[in-house]
Amino acid sequence: MDIIFSGLELLARWDVAVALVVGSLGGVIIGAIPGVGAAVAIAILLPATFAMEPIVGLTLLLGIYGSSMYGGAIPAILINTPGTAVNALTTYDGYPMTKRGEARRALSLAYSASFFGGIFSIICLMLLSPVLAKVAPMFGSREIFLAALLGLILVVFAHRGQVMAAGMLASFGIFLGTIGLEPIRYTKRFTFEQTWLTSGVDLIVVVLGLFALSQAFLLLTEKDSSPKLPPVTGGLFQGLKELFKFKRIASVSAGFGVLMGIVPGVGEFTAQFFSYTYAQKTSKNPDLFGKGSPEGLIASETSNNAVPAAAMIPLLALGIPGEALTAMMLSVFYVHNVIPGPQLFTHHMDFVVALYMALLVLNVLVLVFLMISTNFLVRIISIPTRFLGVLILCLAFVGVYSLRNSVTDCALAAGFGVLGVILKRLNLPIVPIILGMVLGGIMEVKLRSALARLNTPLDFIERPVGMVLAGMIILVIIFHITTLVRDHWMKDISPDA
Amino acid sequence: MAPGFCRSKFQNRLNDMLNLRQLMKRERRPGDLVFAVLFFSFAVFLAGNLDTQTRWVSRTSLFAQPSFWPTVSIVGMVVFGALHWLGSIMSKRIPGRLQEIWFWIRSLEYACWFMIYVWLVPLVGYLFSTVFFAVFLVVRVGYRRRTFIWSALISASVIVLIFKAGLQVKIPGGALYEYLPTSLRSFMLTYL
Repeated sequence: MDIIFSGLELLARWDVAVALVVGSLGGVIIGAIPGVGAAVAIAILLPATFAMEPIVGLTLLLGIYGSSMYGGAIPAILINTPGTAVNALTTYDGYPMTKRGEARRALSLAYSASFFGGIFSIICLMLLSPVLAKVAPMFGSREIFLAALLGLILVVFAHRGQVMAAGMLASFGIFLGTIGLEPIRYTKRFTFEQTWLTSGVDLIVVVLGLFALSQAFLLLTEKDSSPKLPPVTGGLFQGLKELFKFKRIASVSAGFGVLMGIVPGVGEFTAQFFSYTYAQKTSKNPDLFGKGSPEGLIASETSNNAVPAAAMIPLLALGIPGEALTAMMLSVFYVHNVIPGPQLFTHHMDFVVALYMALLVLNVLVLVFLMISTNFLVRIISIPTRFLGVLILCLAFVGVYSLRNSVTDCALAAGFGVLGVILKRLNLPIVPIILGMVLGGIMEVKLRSALARLNTPLDFIERPVGMVLAGMIILVIIFHITTLVRDHWMKDISPDA
Repeated sequence: MAPGFCRSKFQNRLNDMLNLRQLMKRERRPGDLVFAVLFFSFAVFLAGNLDTQTRWVSRTSLFAQPSFWPTVSIVGMVVFGALHWLGSIMSKRIPGRLQEIWFWIRSLEYACWFMIYVWLVPLVGYLFSTVFFAVFLVVRVGYRRRTFIWSALISASVIVLIFKAGLQVKIPGGALYEYLPTSLRSFMLTYL
């Protein structure tokens, strides 16, 4: 109980409250604008948060992370264009409902399902905290190394049909992380005698280039579009009542969201896939899926909104980010010398509880905001895309330049921006680069510190946690290979295919 | 079903599975092959420089070598890059490679404008450069109506006010500010 009050004390400050309101409402707006998304916004704001206290900066970023998916449902339902990538599945059933004249019902259900997913996930996080506090100290250097390795393998395998591309880009990310002075002996690596490379390639420069600048370049280069959205009339509160009718689907989907959020490298898409498949298989009207099924909409929105809180578990407990957004948040921790991991749960439990509370409050704030401001958001979505590109470019400058006032950083970010454009156009994944950079660094440091206590490679699995992680790595690899073989076996092969 | 038929069907499937073309086939967009070749060449270039750009230290275990992780990453880039390239060759080609590369080159134009903006900030100051950049870019991308120009001007000013005056992010004042009266100069240096 004392810890809860200490957490509340941390939150009960005007600057934290402002960060929470700005982050959560800003996140909804950003999520609602197709082509921006939480990753771009977090990348831009990241350097600005370094001047803030950790709880303020993290609350702001968490607000954006946790609320952007709420907003992303609006264009997905009204114009068949997902606001954020994870809202793509929402278009399957949301847009057909709009075409049937049920836009208000679809939005109301999406908000309610998202709210349920968010709250369910936070409750799970709170209930799991005592367990995490006990399990986290069992993770030493070798276990964290294995967990990071598992995360990296999952990131690569999660990109079905693009495993080779994900593998090469994750390797590229690891390579980027090794440039500059290495951390133990301080020898130079791949600096090509250039002084500007000695300090290495900054993660934030890469993140801003790949996410923010690339998006701006893409919007500015592509054809302009300015979607016109229909106004939404009537109250939006009845979705909460209707959601109760589908409580089984909502609960199972939220469960999938929590589970997939906890596993590093998996995330929203897999959670949605499982939830949607489950909802369709157990529905009385499976034929309606993809044609405006409220159950499909609930499965999609509940599962994706249950992920952010759950994704904080590996980040807070082990210091291992499961996806790009938590990887960005990791740098806020490091800048303030608050090292997430087992020690955080032992010594700063109040800080962890404060973050949980912040997540809880932001979900309530966002729901109320959406219920009263949907029509205002509908107008914002209509901003022409090229104009949006200009604004993102101006904002991205602040992010890169304020880091070290370095023109070199800006040039590097612009270079990564062009690389991001190419990757996005080719539909190749960007996230493995970021996770390769972060997890590669963690793996290098942890492997070296573990080496002092290792005589044989088998010592990696002498402790139970290490054994479980090694077992999971082997299982994941076997599962991936068998899935590949089965898919290939099942595929209908035609001579001209 | 006759056992002979089953066996031949099984053999056909097995042959298909071992068929490289079927194994490596994937979605391929225009420009995919160009990127695959460029990436692989870059990986090979890095591999060629491994020896000169990293060090092997004597009496140190393999995993603690400074060059261990660069080697692991570059080997990964070369192997996965080669397989990605192979996948590109084996997959169905969609026409439009040149148009796609032209699109990539066109995006470079905005990278150049961005760098000019970066160059301008320490000279004319954050406020003026941002306003100029936003208005110029809005006109460049084809918006001519006054509404857009005013929107760009106001948005740029608001961005400067939020980040420099509000959040106090570290952006230096412009050299141009040196020519301003002392009181105005300190205000501009702090807030704009």
